[in-house]
Amino acid sequence: MGRFWSLIFLAVPVLGVGTFAVAPFFNIWLPADVSEHGRSVDSLFMFILWLTGAVFVITELLLFWFMWKYDSTKSKTPAKYVHGNHALEVVWTILPAATLLFLAIYQMNTWADIKMRRPVMAPTVEVVGRQFEWRLRYPGRDGSLGTPDDLFLVNDLHVPVDEDILIQLKTMDVLHSFFLPNLRIKQDAVPGMKIPVWFKALETGEFDIVCAELCGWGHYKMKGRITIESRADFDAWLEKKYALQEQTAPPPEETDTAGL
Amino acid sequence: MSIASPQRPHSHILEATHVRHSKSSRPVLEFLSHYVFSKDHKVIGLQFLFSTLLWFLIGGLLALAVRWQVAWPWSDVPVLGKLFEQQGGQMAPEFYTMLFTMHATVMIFLVIIPILAGAFGNFLIPLMIGADDMAFPTLNMLSYWFMWPAFIAFGSSFFVEGGAASSGWTSYPTLSTNVAASPGSGMGQTLWLLGLTFVGVSSMLGSVNYMTTIILMRAPGMTMFRLPMTIWAMFITAILQAFALPVLTAAGFMQLADRLIGTGFFSPEGNIVNNTLTSTGGGQPLLWQHLFWFYSHPAVYIMTLPAMGMVSDILTCFSRKPLFGYRPMVYSMAGISGLGFIVWGHHMFISGMNPALGTTFMVSTMLIALPSAVKTFNWLGTMWGGKLQFTTPMLFAISFVSMFIIGGLSGIFMAATPVDIFIHDTYFIVAHFHYVLFASTAMCVWGAIYFWFPKMFGRTMNEFWGKVHFFLTFIFLNGTFFTMHILGAVGFPRRLADAYHYETFHHLQPLNAFMTWCAIGMVACQIIFAINFFWSIFFGPVAGRNPWNANGLEWTTPSPPGHGNFDFQPIVHRGPYEYSVPGCEKDFLMQTDPPRVLPAVTH
Ligand code: HEM
Ligand SMILES: [Cu+2]
Ligand SMILES: [Cu+2]
Repeated sequence: MGRFWSLIFLAVPVLGVGTFAVAPFFNIWLPADVSEHGRSVDSLFMFILWLTGAVFVITELLLFWFMWKYDSTKSKTPAKYVHGNHALEVVWTILPAATLLFLAIYQMNTWADIKMRRPVMAPTVEVVGRQFEWRLRYPGRDGSLGTPDDLFLVNDLHVPVDEDILIQLKTMDVLHSFFLPNLRIKQDAVPGMKIPVWFKALETGEFDIVCAELCGWGHYKMKGRITIESRADFDAWLEKKYALQEQTAPPPEETDTAGL
Repeated sequence: MSIASPQRPHSHILEATHVRHSKSSRPVLEFLSHYVFSKDHKVIGLQFLFSTLLWFLIGGLLALAVRWQVAWPWSDVPVLGKLFEQQGGQMAPEFYTMLFTMHATVMIFLVIIPILAGAFGNFLIPLMIGADDMAFPTLNMLSYWFMWPAFIAFGSSFFVEGGAASSGWTSYPTLSTNVAASPGSGMGQTLWLLGLTFVGVSSMLGSVNYMTTIILMRAPGMTMFRLPMTIWAMFITAILQAFALPVLTAAGFMQLADRLIGTGFFSPEGNIVNNTLTSTGGGQPLLWQHLFWFYSHPAVYIMTLPAMGMVSDILTCFSRKPLFGYRPMVYSMAGISGLGFIVWGHHMFISGMNPALGTTFMVSTMLIALPSAVKTFNWLGTMWGGKLQFTTPMLFAISFVSMFIIGGLSGIFMAATPVDIFIHDTYFIVAHFHYVLFASTAMCVWGAIYFWFPKMFGRTMNEFWGKVHFFLTFIFLNGTFFTMHILGAVGFPRRLADAYHYETFHHLQPLNAFMTWCAIGMVACQIIFAINFFWSIFFGPVAGRNPWNANGLEWTTPSPPGHGNFDFQPIVHRGPYEYSVPGCEKDFLMQTDPPRVLPAVTH
């Protein structure tokens, strides 16, 4: 039976690698990326995947090989009476330590780009989470947020392509998380905080906005759409929405959505 | 302690050592004090074992209900459907939210933590260090009985108005603190916090006891560096508990106060929930996250270190080889527990916490993978050159190593802050913690049950059915959880009652259906285990003192040991892993074997 069990454990690396190898063909893989920094996120993901993949395959193969070779019903040699090996311990402490430290340092630049080096500009739009919708607020014709001519929308975010976009993220009630899978953006919205989120989209198209932090029973349906379009299209859209708001209603009751 | 007889009794001697109680005039009291409110660590250990196994079943069924909704949202639920007759047999989204909250709560607080420390810690510590009981038997008894208020609080919360807690096992405010935010944030959440507090009290009582017992009650000759890994693990776990738990308890009380008397520790000014302005303010939701993870990250090691210890003992026994790198194994556990206190922020990379702090936590988190790697290499080193016996406990132990590699490596993706932006709160995380908690720890628990069952009940479990159980569980668990990695790579979010209306995720339903079928198989094949377990208690082949030819002190006692454990005074002459010593006629050398049996051996 030792042979059988060894093969079962051999199946772990074989099927494990196999799963990752075929998944992209079924489109079960990183969704299309349309953002500037998404490239580096994806390449870091792939880098870690190759690295950990190699460690995974090597260690699992060793495990299989030891099971196969040292099966007590098959092997004639007596068990080795050893309590360890100092040199080996040093090697397998230093090597992974150096690798892990390198990995950590290697991430820092991308992280800083996405979360620390925020572009100096006025917010393009304010996004406010609310059970269970995304409330959007564009600065009106005066170009600044929080004035009476702001444009209010729900779940339908539009941004111009190839430009830095700065979002001011807030929530009225509970935690939400503003997740743009195709732009590799995720940021929790926290009651009492205004959190800046920025990105630059490189392709036009329409994509999902997902809420990624549990916010109550309707969490699953807190869905929005983001439309990335050319500057001209964006301006035209904004103008159209603005005109619509002007003729239909007085400004919504809350001028300051999160009471901040 | 019973009479000290100088020679060690032979192994494979069958003894009926159930302590006979003299006929008492008050048999009811007698029964109560020996089997219900017992102060014997073994009885308490078994009480923990049976209670947690029962909750394991409940937690597993909750998981199946969760999986049902994920695979076939809004379809008629089998069995449970009757509950939802008003909705036409479908699960309501708030019910789904409650299900995964309570699944995780039950599994973490009522199964994994108490089964490791409560069941195995209690049962094994005195036996493995050569003591007749714990240092504080009454405290020990209380640590079990404090679980009952928790059982009752969590159990009854399903039946209160609004249902059980439903803001996730992490209970992030302001969802959890504001009654208007969610139906489960009413009475259910209050009961949840109370339950958590009682679990904490129980763990605290246990941990004080374990530390004292291990420090003070070791048999003559049992130096710290002759302790089996299981004991080292229990010791370090107890320290982790003692330092981390007070923070969780305090945080729990703060949340309770927020809810009951409006203190507002976690609610900021001007919060509008469900169109009502909350009256409190001045608090910070992130404060809860810091306090919660300050406990709950160490807690993930509380849920894994004891398993690492037990795996080391099982692996050496069935490799018939000394443990590779005893001291590195101890130091790496100590390293894990030390580093474990400075990595909690990796759960909060995108929470709004200062991103510079995120960078710091990334470095410490990367480093904590190091001791785990060292342990893995040493386990491989232990198997290398051994004479492997593929018994049921051994298969479970090997699978711990194999699966822990996966769980440890996936941790590195999430430790990388930029990558975590994408995979945080997706199924990638769900894959990660199921590999470390289920595929590693729970598999080890099964292995440990098969391994120490003879000591617990004096009989062995059936090997053939044990292997069938292993085989099916192993296949189904990988079918269920490995696929979660690739779901996570798509960004498939966790905790969504229905994600298929998103363009990004709509094609993932067939994969989820496959995983649910595997999950059903995985739960179903536990029937084999349950039958084997109960059948063997009564009808399994009788085991001698040392059915596995293992070295530890527990194997010198009768199976099961009577009150007071040892029928002789154990004197320890060596470490617990002296297998296949050259020049020794048998391939194991028990810790109590007198030194003259062998030619000079170090260690
Ligand atoms: C090799 C070392 C490990 C590393 C580097 C690591 C890293 C991480 C990181 C970064 C997260 C947060 C991911 C996120 O939410 O975005 C995480 C989550 C988690 N880890 Fe680990 N981990 C390791 C080992 C373990 C072990 C041994 C356990 C338990 C036995 C464990 C249990 C968990 C759990 C339960 C969560 C998720 C909690 C939740 O959000 O509900 N991890 N891990
Ligand atoms: Cu949400
Ligand atoms: Cu953690």
